[in-house]
Amino acid sequence: MSASAAARLIDAQLDGPVLTVDATVSRPLFGVTELWTYHELLYFLTVRDLKVRYKQTALGVIWIVMQPLLFTLVFTIFLGHVARVDSGGIPYPVFAYAALLPWSFFSSAVANGAGSLVGSAHLITKVYFPRLVIPTAAVAARLVDVAISLALLGVMMVWYRIAPTRNLFMIPPLLAVTGLLALALGTWLSAVNVRYRDVGVMVPVMLQVWMFVSPVVYSSRSVPAKWHALYILNPLVGLIENFRTAVFGGAFDWPAFTVSVVCAVALLLEAARMFRATERGFADVI
Amino acid sequence: MQPIIRVEELGKSYRIGERQGPPRSLRELFSERVSFRSRSERRARAAQAASSTELWALRDINFDVQAGDVVGIVGRNGSGKSTLLKILSRISEPTCGRFQLRGRIASLLEVGTGFHPELTGRENIYLNGAILGMRREEIARDFDEIVSFAEVERFVDTPVKHYSSGMYMRLAFSVASQLESEILFVDEVLAVGDAAFQKKCMARMRAAAHAGRTVLFVSHNMAAVTALCDKAIALQQGALIYSGDVDGAVGLYDVPAGPDMVEWNGSAGDEDVQVVRTWARSLAADGTMHTAAAIEIGVELDVLQPIEQFILSFWLLSSYDYELAYCRYDDNDNSKPPLIPPGRMVKRWIIPADTLGAGTYTVRWALGLHMIKHIINGPEGSLTFTLQNTQGVGRRFVSPQGRGFVSLLRPNWEVR
Repeated sequence: MSASAAARLIDAQLDGPVLTVDATVSRPLFGVTELWTYHELLYFLTVRDLKVRYKQTALGVIWIVMQPLLFTLVFTIFLGHVARVDSGGIPYPVFAYAALLPWSFFSSAVANGAGSLVGSAHLITKVYFPRLVIPTAAVAARLVDVAISLALLGVMMVWYRIAPTRNLFMIPPLLAVTGLLALALGTWLSAVNVRYRDVGVMVPVMLQVWMFVSPVVYSSRSVPAKWHALYILNPLVGLIENFRTAVFGGAFDWPAFTVSVVCAVALLLEAARMFRATERGFADVI
Repeated sequence: MQPIIRVEELGKSYRIGERQGPPRSLRELFSERVSFRSRSERRARAAQAASSTELWALRDINFDVQAGDVVGIVGRNGSGKSTLLKILSRISEPTCGRFQLRGRIASLLEVGTGFHPELTGRENIYLNGAILGMRREEIARDFDEIVSFAEVERFVDTPVKHYSSGMYMRLAFSVASQLESEILFVDEVLAVGDAAFQKKCMARMRAAAHAGRTVLFVSHNMAAVTALCDKAIALQQGALIYSGDVDGAVGLYDVPAGPDMVEWNGSAGDEDVQVVRTWARSLAADGTMHTAAAIEIGVELDVLQPIEQFILSFWLLSSYDYELAYCRYDDNDNSKPPLIPPGRMVKRWIIPADTLGAGTYTVRWALGLHMIKHIINGPEGSLTFTLQNTQGVGRRFVSPQGRGFVSLLRPNWEVR
């Protein structure tokens, strides 16, 4: 490069963006502009997660549907036929699958998110980018599973001759809130996990318990009416039961859905606050 | 002119020792909360713990860098060089102070960050590029150049886990070196690898410097810093002790010629053999240690039981722990080694003059009974000595500290 070109580059440097880091100044809550600068990294990390997950597996992407299908099969045999859980006249397999779809999305996204930061320690200690990208990518990777699971749901609805109603319009907002709730929880847990590795042990247990206090294998109508108000405090009740309603028709439980939305937003704010507060120390502690 | 990098009162502290900040597991957290201590007592203990275990890795760092400068950051291990680079790269947060950077930043603390073994070369180029902060169209534009520079054209769609380590390193470096930025932070870990790879790294960095980019280069290889940088800052135990042109820093950082004799006294070994003394000393007439002096390595030991198959040897290591030589005292014939009776034993090795280049060397002992056991296989009794090239051959084109850590070829070859 010639001397004048070098001089031009130096001029350009002084006009360029200015970055100031001050130990005494705290950061904005979300840092949306900065996150946007790194949206391609978010994309590539999401794609990496998807590609790597089923590399060197014989069945590949079939695993995405295998898991909910196997659960559906087991639940149908033991809960549908042996225990005869009341499914309100809906064939039990599709009854269970319609709940397993949002539940699997939620639980796998939370588990994936919670372990994401610790799993990316090699990145965190070597290069800078907004750390929020990591749990977000981990949760986003599960959105693809949802698309595939939805296609299978369509097949089952045809098979069991379930007529679609206009209730279907609620599926996108329900999945969006489920995703936000999973993002909030996954982000929060991932930050705690950096310091307390207990999280890695706790999450599977927590999710198992959570599945049985949510209307996945049974209908929320099986819960006595006097407990209903307490029951819907579990934000997944409003998402899973209403997802069923969206598929099979009927009246939505709006109070339960409201609880879910409020929970998702509140948790997201808290997760962002907590993440921001601890983010500074990640590289030193992880 | 406004500096491109300005660092003011920057500091970083870590807490070390038994109590590392808050409890690390929840059980610890709960057991702490319910312990039966008065609140004031607990607070006093916490304050005491905080003050006694706080370590300042960096303290009160102030400096400016002008656009286009190539600055070496020098200092010994633990002086805070890498911490400073990590803070400026925003990986780690400062505890106090502030800094300002003008322009796009590229930070190479490691090559191949984020490479995933299951992904193909192509996929890793895009992923790694994004991690380093490149835009997708930039990567796409430079893709062919990255691949051809790394010489992996035929394997670009093969998972990198099937790559040889050389291919892997070349590809990783090739991506990193395409990064366009005004400010470049480089850690010397980059210069690990074979000689050809190091040369490529250095050539790329020199090109960056000539193109008017601002470079901060952390290293404790003074030869590399002298070759590449025009300015330098020196750190010592977290404090900035020098900022100015590179020659001044070299003089400051490099130790004066070591003591004329390095000695270890003690006792190491087992019930059969006890080493009581080891040493390295100069055999030059004036007794000083330099590259033109023959160096004697010696060991004194007590044999306590009659032993057979005795191995008495040492490794000569460079300051990067490269093994330069392995020496045994009785390796000359194939006859069965004799039975050694109890008693005192002294052995000496002589490294001829003008054999080792300037640098710091370590003698690490390896004693044992062949096929039976190790007696010493570690740091016990090891010696570290430093040679400068102040006399003898090898001084025409390099400074006394230059051409580090290598053996010179013996210079008495006939040249026609």
